[in-house]
Amino acid sequence: MAVCIAVIAKENYPLYIRSIPTENELKFHYTVHTSLDVVDEKISAMGKALVDQRELYLGLLYPTEDYKVYGYVTNSKVKFVMVVDSSNTALRDNEIRSMFRKLHNSYTDVMCNPFYNPGDCIHSRAFDNMVTSMMMQVC
Amino acid sequence: MTRPEMADETLFLLLHNEMVSGLYRAAEHGEGENGRCITKLENMGFRVGQGLIERFTKDTARFKDELDIMKFICKDFWTTVFKKQIDNLRTNHQGIYVLQDNKFRLLTQMSTGKQYLEYAPKYLAFTCGLIRGGLSNLGIKSIVTAEVSAMPACKFQVMIQKM
Repeated sequence: MAVCIAVIAKENYPLYIRSIPTENELKFHYTVHTSLDVVDEKISAMGKALVDQRELYLGLLYPTEDYKVYGYVTNSKVKFVMVVDSSNTALRDNEIRSMFRKLHNSYTDVMCNPFYNPGDCIHSRAFDNMVTSMMMQVC
Repeated sequence: MTRPEMADETLFLLLHNEMVSGLYRAAEHGEGENGRCITKLENMGFRVGQGLIERFTKDTARFKDELDIMKFICKDFWTTVFKKQIDNLRTNHQGIYVLQDNKFRLLTQMSTGKQYLEYAPKYLAFTCGLIRGGLSNLGIKSIVTAEVSAMPACKFQVMIQKM
C-alpha cells in the first residue's frame, strides 16, 4: 500500500529509505526530502499549540497529484515519512496511524539492539521485512 | 509501564554489581587503568539510556519543554528502572537540575555508615550515563554528575549544555 517509506535522523539525514522498485527511486528521495520542511513547520507550530495536539502522528503532510505524503515524529525527533498512492482511497487515517505505530515499534527494537550504533543506517533484516510487509499489503 | 512484579529487579541489581566488580577486576589485572572504569561504566549507561528512553517514550505525548522532559525522567523513567520516583527535583531555570533520591536503589545494599562512602562513585557512574544517554536521545546535551553525602541518599546534578 505504501510506495515509499523513509526514516530520517534527528539531524535530518536518512537512516533508511525504501521505495517500490518499479518506479523512479530518485523521485521518491526528492519527495521525502521536500516533506522535511513541512515536518519542521508542523513541529514548531505544535510547540505553541494546545495540549491535546501533542500526538506523535503528524497526519497528511501534503498531497501531490499522484501521491499523498504522511509524517510521524518520535519523541527523539526521528522522522518517519510514508508516501502513499493517491488512487488508494481505501486507506484511512487510522490505518496510516497504525502503520506508523508498527514502524515505530520496529524502530525501537532496532534502537535497543546492542549491536546497532545510534545514528548509523539501519541494516536490520527484521526491520526490512516489516517495511516490505507494509509495502506489499493489498495492492 | 504497570507490569506485574517480577524478579527482573533483582537481576538488574545483581548484573549491575557484577558489571562494576567485573570491570574493576579487569583493571586490576592490568587491562586499562583504574580511572577509566568510571568512564567505561558511564558510556555503558549512555548507550542503555538511549535505548531505554526510545522505548519508554513510545506511547507518551510529545514533550512541551525541557522541564517536561526532566519530570518524565524523575517520574516514569525512574519508576521503571529503580521502582521509585525521584524524591526532589530542583532547578534554577537556567539549565541546572538537581535530582535527589533519598533511598537510591543501587546503594541500598550497602551499609549506611561512612565505611563504604569512598566506593559509592563507581556505583553511580552507570546511572549518570543512563540519564545523560536518555536526555541526549531526546535532543538535550548535558553533563551529569553525582554526589553522596550520607549513604543511601544521593544527588544527581544535570547541567544542560546550551547549543
